[in-house]
Amino acid sequence: MKHIISALVENKPGVLAHVAGMFAARGFNIDSLVVGRTEDPDLSRMTIVVIGDDRIVEQVRKQLAKIIPVVKVQDFVGQPVVARDLMLIAVSCTPEQRPEILSVIDVFRAKVVDIGQKFIMIEVSGPEDKIEAFINMCKPYGIKSVARTGTIAMPRHDKTDYRTPRNDDDKDS
Amino acid sequence: MNSISTVSAEVAEKSQIKTGAQIFVDTLIELGVDTMFGYTGASVIPIFDEILKKCRVSSSVSLQGQTDTFTMPDPVVKYNKNINEEFRRTKMSEKTSNTKTGAQIFVDTLVEQGVETMFGYTGGVVLPLFDKLYDAPINFIVPRHEQGGCHMADAYARATGKVGVVLATSGPGACNLVTGIATAMMDSVPMVAFTGQVRTELIGNDAFQEADITGITRPITKYNCIVKDVKDLARTIREAFHIASTGRPGPVLIDLPVDVSVSKYDGNSTSQIKLPGYRVSSKGHARQISNAAKAINKSEKPVLYVGGGVIIANASQELRTFVEKAHLPVAMTLLGLGSIDQTRPESLDMLGMHGSAYANYAVQECDLLIAVGARFDDRVTGNIKTFAPNARIVHIDIDPASISKNVQVDIPVVGDAKIILNELAKQVEYKEREEWFKKIAEWKKKFAFAYDKESSTIKPQYVIEEVCRQTNNKAIITTGVGQNQMWAAQFYKYTEPRQFITSGGLGTMGFGLPAAIGAQIARPDEVVIDFDGDHSFNMTMTELATAVEHNLPIKVCILNNGYMGMVRQWQELFYGRRYSKSYLKNPNYEALAKAMGAIGMTVDKKEDVSKAVEQMLKEKQPCVVDFRVEPEENVWPMVPAGKSLSEMDGLDILERLI
Repeated sequence: MKHIISALVENKPGVLAHVAGMFAARGFNIDSLVVGRTEDPDLSRMTIVVIGDDRIVEQVRKQLAKIIPVVKVQDFVGQPVVARDLMLIAVSCTPEQRPEILSVIDVFRAKVVDIGQKFIMIEVSGPEDKIEAFINMCKPYGIKSVARTGTIAMPRHDKTDYRTPRNDDDKDS
Repeated sequence: MNSISTVSAEVAEKSQIKTGAQIFVDTLIELGVDTMFGYTGASVIPIFDEILKKCRVSSSVSLQGQTDTFTMPDPVVKYNKNINEEFRRTKMSEKTSNTKTGAQIFVDTLVEQGVETMFGYTGGVVLPLFDKLYDAPINFIVPRHEQGGCHMADAYARATGKVGVVLATSGPGACNLVTGIATAMMDSVPMVAFTGQVRTELIGNDAFQEADITGITRPITKYNCIVKDVKDLARTIREAFHIASTGRPGPVLIDLPVDVSVSKYDGNSTSQIKLPGYRVSSKGHARQISNAAKAINKSEKPVLYVGGGVIIANASQELRTFVEKAHLPVAMTLLGLGSIDQTRPESLDMLGMHGSAYANYAVQECDLLIAVGARFDDRVTGNIKTFAPNARIVHIDIDPASISKNVQVDIPVVGDAKIILNELAKQVEYKEREEWFKKIAEWKKKFAFAYDKESSTIKPQYVIEEVCRQTNNKAIITTGVGQNQMWAAQFYKYTEPRQFITSGGLGTMGFGLPAAIGAQIARPDEVVIDFDGDHSFNMTMTELATAVEHNLPIKVCILNNGYMGMVRQWQELFYGRRYSKSYLKNPNYEALAKAMGAIGMTVDKKEDVSKAVEQMLKEKQPCVVDFRVEPEENVWPMVPAGKSLSEMDGLDILERLI
């Protein structure tokens, strides 16, 4: 099962290495990992997608919480969340094919960010399956290159108001 | 070369199916390896067996697993002249102002944290620190190798419960700490290791004696960091002591670049710790505690499974009260020995691979297993799938990540053993459990630890029993790793916590001698004895010079069988007595001890053992006794890897001997 784990970490050197090293040393697989700044300059958020059974993910969560610069860990499984990936994709595209591709872009609410005589670069964001579907749609034209972020996620607010997220903040329990 | 390739071709032809060990050795041969260096151990026995088969590949065994040796740092003037001059200037200016150098802050903060004794080895980039330590009210012990110093700090911590402190220089000095730090990590020992580092602007340039020690030690420390600004130094040291000694303790490493040590800071260095990501829950969940108490009160066949966590938490007294109140049998892990008095009837002694048959049977048959400060290690559980099959499991531990890691726990209690055992003792009721204790007493009688007392050779177990008898179960015991360690666990009966100091989780050969030194320094009035294997002793015997220098009355009992005994035992049982690289030529330990300024004795007759032990205990100097024991003695019982705890080998041997 796929789990999206969100970890708030201190903005210190070596934290990413520590987290990545823990995953490697304990034999856990990372499906994707995204790190970015938060509203607090001292803290960063890591969003880690892990595939595994509940026991493995439970260990991942506990081992993450054990790392000292990791401040808070949440597992979003079973909660309504908004999860998004971002992709830049360059697709072969002759001037004649443009209208066709632009209509696909329109359907996916993607955006053209660069264009040339033989290619078109598109920015698309959304849930992972939407990104996958967009790649499939582009395949017949020829994909020149793809750059993707991993998943970032946030729980839906109205739900979290009355339901305490499961596994929220291991360190308080 | 030709002949070697022919051999490998022949082997390949004979069978298509190869073991990993075969592929490993064949590939080395194919790559033209004709000499190799190494040291055997449990997880590489199959490879060594393969090496023996292809003995056209000549191989030799080196004394240390590592080929790297410690390089003495060049004199500081030659190696870092600028720093030295800068340091002198700093020192001059210090006299006239209130500012402190990093080195002074370092020493002041150590003193503030209550450090009385520390261990370490000097070197280029730590000279500023050593200059300040020269005047500091700290007892400083210099080992002969940083690894030894690290084990000394480790044993100091285990013997006292205080934080062990070790200091090493950059590069090789820091790298030599690695084994010691990993040992402390696996056994949850509170330790703070300081390493020097090259100047911050040189970091990453492959400077002289530079090593990325925070990178190297990240997986084997509870926390580590590099201090790049002198204003963070005092706070970081306070954080290190706090992290090392609270929660589930562990080693913390602080890397200290030399420019931080010499730079001045005139600000306030009293800043307090700031660790938003570090919280320890120690009280335990009240409902879970009462659930545990209810389960205990209901249980007909309970077993308490006690680990090193109880000793670390200083909870032995609470444990003893609880055990008496609830009336429970107690099995201990290797590191849990001494948490209750082993001479009491409730004691089932050690459980696990080489544990007592009565402990293992009791665990397999119990209806409730109460684990306290233990982590269900594979050496304890045997085959995890068939471990304690009829039992509900209560797990009390301060580390939430330990709970349900290896076995699914029914009642988890996260918290400090001292607090929780105290709380539990209030809620449990005394229950006779006559049937259960009767059954245990029968097992204890039938499967007691035993050895051949009629043998004409010196049995290693006899040496340990004799020492136990003459020291009235009161000595502090340290060990190497292997058979010597298992016999010391089986045949010395411990009565007090912090009495048995051994490398459990990592299983570090060479731990015994430096550990004895650390323990003796920590507790100068106690008798400290190292039961060591000959090859364990070989690994760190250079520290004998440290013991002589400080005139420490440690005793080393080498149970000298010539073999790496535990490896030999496995080779005997599982590899058809093919003793691949597990026999080495030993020095004359008596002469060696004398050459180093210690007392040396050799005992090769059974009837001399008692007198030699008596003499050894009288000595006021370091004393090494070389007991020439039965070479092919085995440790029984034994749960072979992958088997259930109740499937022990060697029970017939024990029954015959009793």
